[in-house]
Amino acid sequence: MTALWRSTIAGGGKWSGTVGRGKRITFTALEDGANLSLLMYHAHDPSERYNMPDTLKAQHTSHLTTGNVLMSDNGRVLASIVQDSTGWNDPIGGYTTKEQTDRKYGVTTYQEKRNERYRNGRDNFSVELVRSGLSVRDLMPPLNLFAKVYCDENGRMHHVPGHCKKGDAVSLRTELDLLLIVSNTPNPFDKRTGYPSVPVQIEVSAAEPVSLSDDACVNHCSENRRAFENTWAYHALRG
Amino acid sequence: MTVFNRVESHRKAEDAVYDKTILAGDGWIHELKPGQVLRIVDLEGNQAADTLFYDADNPEDHYSAIATIARQENIYLTAGTTLLTESGKELLTIVADTCGRHDTLGGACSAQSNTVRYAHDKLHMHNCRDTFMLQLAQSDDERYLKRDLAPNINFFMNVPVTPEGGLTFEDGVSSPGAYVEMTAHIRTIVLISNCPQLNNPCNAYNPTPVRVLIWNE
Ligand SMILES: [Zn+2]
Repeated sequence: MTALWRSTIAGGGKWSGTVGRGKRITFTALEDGANLSLLMYHAHDPSERYNMPDTLKAQHTSHLTTGNVLMSDNGRVLASIVQDSTGWNDPIGGYTTKEQTDRKYGVTTYQEKRNERYRNGRDNFSVELVRSGLSVRDLMPPLNLFAKVYCDENGRMHHVPGHCKKGDAVSLRTELDLLLIVSNTPNPFDKRTGYPSVPVQIEVSAAEPVSLSDDACVNHCSENRRAFENTWAYHALRG
Repeated sequence: MTVFNRVESHRKAEDAVYDKTILAGDGWIHELKPGQVLRIVDLEGNQAADTLFYDADNPEDHYSAIATIARQENIYLTAGTTLLTESGKELLTIVADTCGRHDTLGGACSAQSNTVRYAHDKLHMHNCRDTFMLQLAQSDDERYLKRDLAPNINFFMNVPVTPEGGLTFEDGVSSPGAYVEMTAHIRTIVLISNCPQLNNPCNAYNPTPVRVLIWNE
């Protein structure tokens, strides 16, 4: 597949852009221990957005990997996870705030550290939301690629260190035109004391055509099939 | 072993300044003053009270499931849990809870999610997000839109998550008359949809009323 575009998101960095449907977006961890937080909105109506509860309960899962899809609050598929070398991406750990980052890793300022200061998920997302005409009211639970957070039987949340290795990659296939916002900031549950953020490459190419009979995401469960049918209906009507 | 934290309240219904029953499938929007205490009673057991909160002085700041569970590093809500907004502001603290566990990951049912979860012909069925939107449409408060419907709390719902990453809808751990009670720290808008879901066995396919009581302290 020929890359249409490629970029590297530095540790602490952020990016947003519109990615049309039918694209394959591959995120690659360039070092061990990556965590890339994603927010996703329908590019033509951002009030439709990635919905963590709808995604998890339709697929009876609290983690996301190959075969799973990312559903909107409107019963449609925003993107499919077509490939994932990690086996677990975290939909419940959330994003960091300035207060958490200062407390865990120490206070850093632009005045002292210039661009080496520690960025946080909330500030990164806020900037990119405002850039797209949205605001902090549109902040929602993100999907954290490359991170594993599990819950024990009493609900306590645990981050698994060493889950992501250098070279791990996750590929999404876009099913609607997306506004994608990414923040390369630590998982809030990561216990490491040094600021744990490493560069992640994003590469976009054309997706393979969807084979309805054997596509792993379409056929993962009947819930996914119906969410795709809702998505196809949207495209049929819109033309 | 699963441990449930059950804490009873000393407050008496006759001392409440507000007392209302929300019938199955109905909604409710109300403003709490700082220091007021809200109790939600699961009158017949195993009902889901889908609930959202907003900072009334800053309506852009909604209840955040993620901020709340991250603060306590636990996905379940019970007595002692403080409910936070997306910005990390403290909205309310749960001070009594005779159910012992409430869900914060399952979200609200909607017409569209019903088509995904059950069947396309469920589109017409009554659902929580329609109730939320009808409450917003009918209230005098024009500050709220669909974009403000963040993932909500399901009081009395049991949605266990396994260490292997599964998620299931179990029969409730609630019972007739079980309640949850919380104190507001700031002026807080409460938006409830008393879930009308008829496709999920956890309420025995029979949605039932909840009661809301408010005390001044
Ligand atoms: Zn519902």
